Amino acid sequence: MTSALLHVDSVHKAYGSNPVLRGIDLTVDAHEVVVLVGASGSGKSTLLRCINGLETIDAGRIMLDGVLEVSAPDADLDSVRKRVGIVFQSFNLFPHLSVLDNVTLAPRKVLRVPRAKAEFSARELLSRFGLGDKAESFPDRLSGGQQQRVAIVRALAMDPDLMLFDEITSALDPQLVGEVLDVVRELSESGMTLVMATHEMTFAREVAHRICFLEAGAVLEQGPPEQMFDHPVHDRTREFLTRSRVR
Amino acid sequence: MSVLTSDVGSPYVDPERRDLVRRKARRDALVASVSLIAFVVAALVLIARSPGWPTVQDLFFNAEAFKKSFPEVLSAFWLNVRIFLIAEPCILILALLIALTRGSTAPVLFPLRVLATVFTDIFRGIPTILLVLLLGFGVPALNSDYITNEPVFWGGVALILSYSAYVSEVFRAGIESVHPSQRSAARSLGLSATQTSRYVVLPQAIRRVIPPLLNDFISLQKDTALVSVIGPIEALRQAQIDSSFTFNFTPYVVAACLFIALTVPMTRLADYLNRRAADQRGHGGG
Repeated sequence: MTSALLHVDSVHKAYGSNPVLRGIDLTVDAHEVVVLVGASGSGKSTLLRCINGLETIDAGRIMLDGVLEVSAPDADLDSVRKRVGIVFQSFNLFPHLSVLDNVTLAPRKVLRVPRAKAEFSARELLSRFGLGDKAESFPDRLSGGQQQRVAIVRALAMDPDLMLFDEITSALDPQLVGEVLDVVRELSESGMTLVMATHEMTFAREVAHRICFLEAGAVLEQGPPEQMFDHPVHDRTREFLTRSRVR
Repeated sequence: MSVLTSDVGSPYVDPERRDLVRRKARRDALVASVSLIAFVVAALVLIARSPGWPTVQDLFFNAEAFKKSFPEVLSAFWLNVRIFLIAEPCILILALLIALTRGSTAPVLFPLRVLATVFTDIFRGIPTILLVLLLGFGVPALNSDYITNEPVFWGGVALILSYSAYVSEVFRAGIESVHPSQRSAARSLGLSATQTSRYVVLPQAIRRVIPPLLNDFISLQKDTALVSVIGPIEALRQAQIDSSFTFNFTPYVVAACLFIALTVPMTRLADYLNRRAADQRGHGGG
């Protein structure tokens, strides 16, 4: 296999009789920031959920590090998920736990980090993303932007090799989008490997090393942002990106 | 949870408006009190002056019979309390196990899933009193050397079986009310299915089902009286005995008062928790 961190090889996935992914290919190297764009229903979210093992696939292969097959029917998904973090559009914080407990739950229970150590690292991460004073708060006392930043910190606390962001700003009020994107920007600068689905085209152009345009469950075209935005090969890509940019 | 804190300074309230609101509250409280007293006095006078009252009083509220039967019924009531105190934790544990089993997905647990479903179907379908009679009279009739013939024991078992079937459905509803995205989020962090249940789903589910659980507690406190049909002398049975000696119904009233004294605090607590849950939902929290 290749040295790529993530290898998605002609993956098919249908919900009932409705095919969502139709032979999609994607390779992501370590420290790469890949942005998935495409219309709603083009398969971006489904692809991310498959990479994390939250959805099973019907055909094809998803490999991590060239050795760990995520897509195998008997794959050890818990060990996949220790290395692949995902953040959802709808935050999904645990409402009965404080911010600190939300962040430390997985490190303590999955990685068996002692509580004191887990809390120390969690507070450090929270401070790094401007949430130092929110450690004791409960999720329902935070704004959407703060909740989403906590969700990112919660995923980061597992020290993943790969982070998946599934339209993490789509549920936010426009004035809260910036603070979340700042977090993503910082992560990409720190060398984190990211695969993100987004509709924020300006931001995509700024942070992406590579943009993949998905259509009907397959990658229609991919390349560096300048090429994709300024000289796309396919008319469909041009049409989608220009229309999105006007928005 | 904490009170809503505001960082925009203390809120401004028009003092004139505040005084008006307070005056109205005082007036409302006064009217309510006067009306209540008037109503109670009128009711008492009406009852005391009605022609049949002395007979009723003698038959149901006889002071002498009350004095005589109260200590006996009270000490018998202790058995009801003990049955409740032992049955309730057993019910909670058994019901939670049944609910978790029914919600499990592991193929190896399939027989247990079937068993749990059959258990709920059977014991929810049988009238509790029938179950008490069946076990309380039936098991001792086996004359086995290996199991106890103690009627209180089998009465308690009947209550536990019947109530576990009900309470497991309450737990199951609570578990299913936790949004699937919570499970996804937990699993995506690497938590196993068991850890996800224990740390993410169950804490939220149990919080939600406490008010309906309290209702079932109250119901169980009363249903401990069903054990009387197989012989043990608990409050109801004692009242029955006392009553049959004197042909006076005051002992029953004594037993009724004891049951009320036990259930009312629980009822108020259930009301309070229900109201608080509704408030939290109203404010979009919780």
